[in-house]
Amino acid sequence: MAGGLLISRRALLLAGASVCCFPRHDVRSQDRPFTYSINEVAPGIHVREGVDAEAATDNSNAIANLAFIVGRDAVAVTDPGGSLADGRRWRDTIRSVTRLPIRYVIIPHIHPDHLFGAAAFEPDKPVYVGHARLPGALAQRGEYYRERLEQVLGKESAGRVVTPSLLVENTSTLDLGSRILELTAHPEAHSDCDVSVFDRQTHTLLPSDLLFVRRVPSLDGSLSGWLKTLAALKSLPAQRAVPGHGPQCVDWPAGAADLERYLEVLLNETRQAVAQGLDISAAVQSVGLSERNRWALFDDYHGRNVTKAFKELEWE
Amino acid sequence: MTTKHSFILAALGALVSIAAASRAEAPDADATARAQRWAVLQEAIFGDRTVRDGAGVIELDAPPRALDAALVPVSLRVVGNQPIKSLYLVIDNNPSPLSARITFGPKADPRSMTLRVRVDEYTLMHAVAETQDGSLYLAEKFVKAAGGCSAPAGSSSEQALKEIGRMKLKLLGDFEAGKPLQAQLMIRHPNFNGMQMDQITRYYTPARFIKTTEVTYEGSRVFHLESDISISSDPVIVFGFVPQAKGKLEVVVHDTDDRTFAHSFEIPPPPAT
Repeated sequence: MAGGLLISRRALLLAGASVCCFPRHDVRSQDRPFTYSINEVAPGIHVREGVDAEAATDNSNAIANLAFIVGRDAVAVTDPGGSLADGRRWRDTIRSVTRLPIRYVIIPHIHPDHLFGAAAFEPDKPVYVGHARLPGALAQRGEYYRERLEQVLGKESAGRVVTPSLLVENTSTLDLGSRILELTAHPEAHSDCDVSVFDRQTHTLLPSDLLFVRRVPSLDGSLSGWLKTLAALKSLPAQRAVPGHGPQCVDWPAGAADLERYLEVLLNETRQAVAQGLDISAAVQSVGLSERNRWALFDDYHGRNVTKAFKELEWE
Repeated sequence: MTTKHSFILAALGALVSIAAASRAEAPDADATARAQRWAVLQEAIFGDRTVRDGAGVIELDAPPRALDAALVPVSLRVVGNQPIKSLYLVIDNNPSPLSARITFGPKADPRSMTLRVRVDEYTLMHAVAETQDGSLYLAEKFVKAAGGCSAPAGSSSEQALKEIGRMKLKLLGDFEAGKPLQAQLMIRHPNFNGMQMDQITRYYTPARFIKTTEVTYEGSRVFHLESDISISSDPVIVFGFVPQAKGKLEVVVHDTDDRTFAHSFEIPPPPAT
């Protein structure tokens, strides 16, 4: 039996299709020309794929993967999008799929591409959900991020900071009506306020930026913490995962392999650089270069990741 | 392109490499404002003393675009043969611009000194060398970085508080008696500057930072560093000194909570057993 499953998977992979995705349908909103497609990657879980680019006027910071989950009674949005414009379009998309109330909007961590769409959902009066550390992080960085985004997108499109009211300290559940979502607030990993979502019904993991595929990871928390968190996520009984950036859906835990390899290379080579007495600037020039051709936007983020890793590891 | 980059990198931490794209649109006005800012600072720090162009005397090395604004490596290099008494590092647009003042002693090799600093916004940095006869020489560098002063310290600060005062010393070249040697001194200290917020309580963590670092070798001064809130957490200082065949390097650090941390290192280090 196992053999049969393997063969069919392989056949699908060879055909260039992901095993976990249902057919896609295109969404176009008339007053907003930006077009994208969403996939139902598992029953009731719809995903929009972000572009592998930086925030710009022609993408309205729609660079992250977004998902919503439809239960019997209500909808949970697991990522609101990267700007007010992105969030409004995302809300239109959700409305084109279901009229059920949008009860929860989860802000998965502090970064702007997963944050500034939140205000678009205010007409739905949802409960905004985030890590217990998120309000503090927003108080500290939120306005700064908003100013920067306004400089790129303009005031009308950027959006404002929305602070979550339902805070997750360890774990928590959301009930969408016969559909339970498990939320976990993680210790410092990709950032210091990462929340992941696990859908019990379809065994789908939505780790947001705890999982990068294809687009180079950004380390803004703890390298060793991220590796620990990834190991814990890999042990979950999930069949598929929706990365924060990359394809809409990957098999789980196989889909963690690239990220894990990158983080381990970063860990090992930074440790070596520290042991050899290299300074931080020299380490940036030499660590992790074998990963360069394996990720989009490598040169934009990798040096900073090395800096962050170096500071963490030099005291070991 | 710059605009796109500026934003997403900004997204990474409040640390942020590249900021305000709009600033690039008015270079002349900005350049004038920066020059005025330095004129005011120079007068505040050095009064009416003449400050000369430092070409051939002092060089300032910093990344034009910092990868992490809370940790910007800055090197001050003394070139030429003028005997140098002290160095000043000024980060013009930081909340407390005079970031470091280094006074060398007889055991120093003053040719290269590296510090890690926080940068709050796009800024000029200035290094001023004071020679033994009291002349001042200036080097300047523009650094694109923003957000470093209020960057959240995260769990690293908890670790730093737990281990406060711990020190490590690494020799960066081959030890040879009588020959100048570079060494890296690491000091565990959160160096809270009063601008970091605790993300759970949302109170600002009160300032607590290192005021002075005195390094001596066999009882005689290598350097004395007066520092301020611009120095990164867990300070790392690379400096030069001239060791004898055998001796002790002593470090005494004093912080704003009136705590003193001291450590003594044998040079060369005793062989590991």
